[in-house]
Amino acid sequence: MENEFKESIRKAVNNANLTGALGKFSEAYKVNRAKAYEGIDFEALRDRIAALKGYAASHLDQLSDQFTKKAEASGATVFRTNDPAKVREYILAVAQANNVKTVVKSKSMATEEIHLNPYLEKAGIEVGETDLGEWIIQLAGQTPSHMVMPAIHMTKEEVSDLFSKEVNERLSSDIPRLVKVAREQLRPTFLAADMGISGANIAVAETGSIVLMTNEGNARLVTSLPKIHIALIGIEKLIAEYADVATILKALPRSATAQLLTSYVSIITGPTPNSDGSMKDLHIILMDNRRTEMANDPKFKEALQCIRCASCLNVCPIFRLVGGHVFGKVYTGGIGTILTAWFDELKKSEDIQGLCIQCGACKDVCPGKIDIPDLIMEIRRRLVQGQGVPLLQKSIYAVVNNRKLFHGMLRAASIAGKPFTSGKFIRHLPLFLADLTDGRSLPAIAAEPFRDRFSKIRQPECGEKAAFYAGCLIDFAYPEMGEALVKILNNAGIQVLFPEDQTCCGAPARYNGAYEVAANNAVDNIKALLREEVTYVISACPTCTVALDHEFISTFESLGQTEWLPQARKLSGKTIDFSTLVTKLVDEGRLSLKEGRALGKITYHDSCHLKRTLKVSGQPRALLKKAGFEIEEMFECDTCCGMGGSYSMKLPEISAPILQRKLRNIMDTGAPVVAMDCPGCVMQIRGGLDQTGASVTVRHTVELLAEQLDL
Amino acid sequence: MMYTQFKTRAEAVSAEVVRYATKGEALAWLIDFLRREGVADAPGSHALWAECSFLDGVDRELVRQVDGLKLEVTRELAAEARFGISQMEFALADTGSLYQNSTAIHQRLVSSLPTIHIALVPTGGILPDMPSLLSIVKPSENPYIALITGPSRTADIERVLTIGVHGPERLVIVFVDELGGGTNGK
Repeated sequence: MENEFKESIRKAVNNANLTGALGKFSEAYKVNRAKAYEGIDFEALRDRIAALKGYAASHLDQLSDQFTKKAEASGATVFRTNDPAKVREYILAVAQANNVKTVVKSKSMATEEIHLNPYLEKAGIEVGETDLGEWIIQLAGQTPSHMVMPAIHMTKEEVSDLFSKEVNERLSSDIPRLVKVAREQLRPTFLAADMGISGANIAVAETGSIVLMTNEGNARLVTSLPKIHIALIGIEKLIAEYADVATILKALPRSATAQLLTSYVSIITGPTPNSDGSMKDLHIILMDNRRTEMANDPKFKEALQCIRCASCLNVCPIFRLVGGHVFGKVYTGGIGTILTAWFDELKKSEDIQGLCIQCGACKDVCPGKIDIPDLIMEIRRRLVQGQGVPLLQKSIYAVVNNRKLFHGMLRAASIAGKPFTSGKFIRHLPLFLADLTDGRSLPAIAAEPFRDRFSKIRQPECGEKAAFYAGCLIDFAYPEMGEALVKILNNAGIQVLFPEDQTCCGAPARYNGAYEVAANNAVDNIKALLREEVTYVISACPTCTVALDHEFISTFESLGQTEWLPQARKLSGKTIDFSTLVTKLVDEGRLSLKEGRALGKITYHDSCHLKRTLKVSGQPRALLKKAGFEIEEMFECDTCCGMGGSYSMKLPEISAPILQRKLRNIMDTGAPVVAMDCPGCVMQIRGGLDQTGASVTVRHTVELLAEQLDL
Repeated sequence: MMYTQFKTRAEAVSAEVVRYATKGEALAWLIDFLRREGVADAPGSHALWAECSFLDGVDRELVRQVDGLKLEVTRELAAEARFGISQMEFALADTGSLYQNSTAIHQRLVSSLPTIHIALVPTGGILPDMPSLLSIVKPSENPYIALITGPSRTADIERVLTIGVHGPERLVIVFVDELGGGTNGK
């Protein structure tokens, strides 16, 4: 990773103002967003949005034509171009032809995308941002750090310093007073401006209308006071039908700022009269800038379903630590990573794509139903395809690709790691677990991996069989979890098989863009796990379960490999996660837990893949309750623990504060035990708690339940 | 019932809502309100009333007798007016929003530049929601559709909600039963 990039991260995470403001906001946002959506079927709403925006994305040309015709018929001038340079030239030409000296702008990311302000200023035109946040950052000479709240990174004291300079008077940091100063300062600018420039939230092909939403009321002034109005619109804002404006208006303010509606919505169709009786000179620029190319990409077409609410930023555990500037100058956060890769260039996303920990929080709230983590993975894959894997990683994957060598080295590590072992933890693990950071102890590699212990377990003969997929962590670090799982399944009359040839699930390779390696892992595992006829393939690691259940298929599909697809689908059909299978067995009366025991308080941490990909969150809680635990929910129980596989090694400066937050939330519950369903989370959280010296025990649900079986 | 829902939602976003049965009562309240809030024939204290159907049949001379209350809207006057009065044709119960065909510039001037915007609304113009509004209001007949939900607001400094940035800092909504149902006219 570039040093400069690492440096920007370090700066951001150590900026207490930034992380404080973003942290507080993200906490409030989740609560307020849920409230704003009360009584609304969010899934149905976003299905509708995905469908209508998806339709628009596949008909960009047709809708652009229709929009142009309608808007021109209503008296607007429409200019269409693919080229940002032509947009700048066009705007300047209109300005110069009308002797424009000053421009007022209402917030527009499209103008940020083409760096319009410096271009106009160089030509001697004064450009005034009027959105309060944009004005603040303009005065500060900065770029927006958030798509909806551009100045969220600044404190009121910094703002008062800026404003004091502007008005030549020492101002206090009283926020209402500062807002009043902005009103008073900008009012003459509005009244004097020769031209207004805006973006648009929606462009309607059916009617040639543009829709503008603001809370401050600046878009109304920008579109009403100057005699010329230029609206710059990325063509992804097009929708086919006017009636669907209501659909977007229902989601956008709720998702963006947890409002039912912004204070002002203007739907403008053609020019309207100015106050002197003349007609407005209305220009609408439809800008492509690679959007059509994006629409033609089978994978990235989905990104055009974005309505620019920025909720993916608001729920991102990384964004709230680093803010927008780490992401670059224009689009930020999850969707911003994707837009940067396209509207700027793929290369520019090289560092920032690595910020995504793949926790899936954004995917859950996206009103456009965009699988943002998946698209970021696709960026990763294409970067790797284009440039190859970095050498160090390559040597790691060469090992992971060869099961015998990989497992041999893990075994060797159990011995090599010994000198560093203190109790159950060591400070350094070899291979891809190497180079770990402070703030977390790591487990020792088990002296005897699960695969060796397994043969010593005596199982009853059962009619039904399940194959156990252990995954590297249970096999080599936490074999006791595997033993607990066998005990539980045996109790339900299921015999457990352990196919010896199983190997790494491929997630580490896949999450680093090395899909070819992941595909090889998939083939090896399919062969191993389908060799014998079993009812279930069970895993107690959600990341592995997701790999077996979904990712083998999607890896093959991404690579265009079809040979193993039917087998991958067959494996997917048998794959089940631990808590779901146990719930099923309990419901069927095949398994009983000791009843009526009071085991005390426990808190539960939702693992990302389990909750958001496999949609399992109630089952483990219900099982633990049934066993006699009293669940004390922690704050942000389903926020990522910061592990993210190799993420914690590549970006320890981000992973560590995420973990610290999680540890605080766990400890705040006062529960002596925290349960979870993922050995990766166990490794992260147990290691973290070990370092803090807290007396909270970290257990996988499988261990806790195995102790409570009614034998 | 829709009125109650509207009132709850509008007040939740800091709008003020009153309701009168007749135009006469509403006018009396309005004049009293303006006086209480310091309307005067001086820069910064004017009230501007944009042409609307409420004024049909109202004795305009009586209105003009209120010092500082003007029925002629200009950009210059609007820029320094304290009050802007206009009629909004429809209201949306589920978001507490108001709709107006704002094609005529003076309608926008009185609702965007002054500090206090007073919106007169026919009680019969309350619609359930946005889809019902958009099914009535067509862009071809309404080049500038304006929706207003509460006063101007920002949270751009430290996420602290602050009322009154570029638009009015107060939105006072006066429902008038006698104005009947909403008609999408001028």
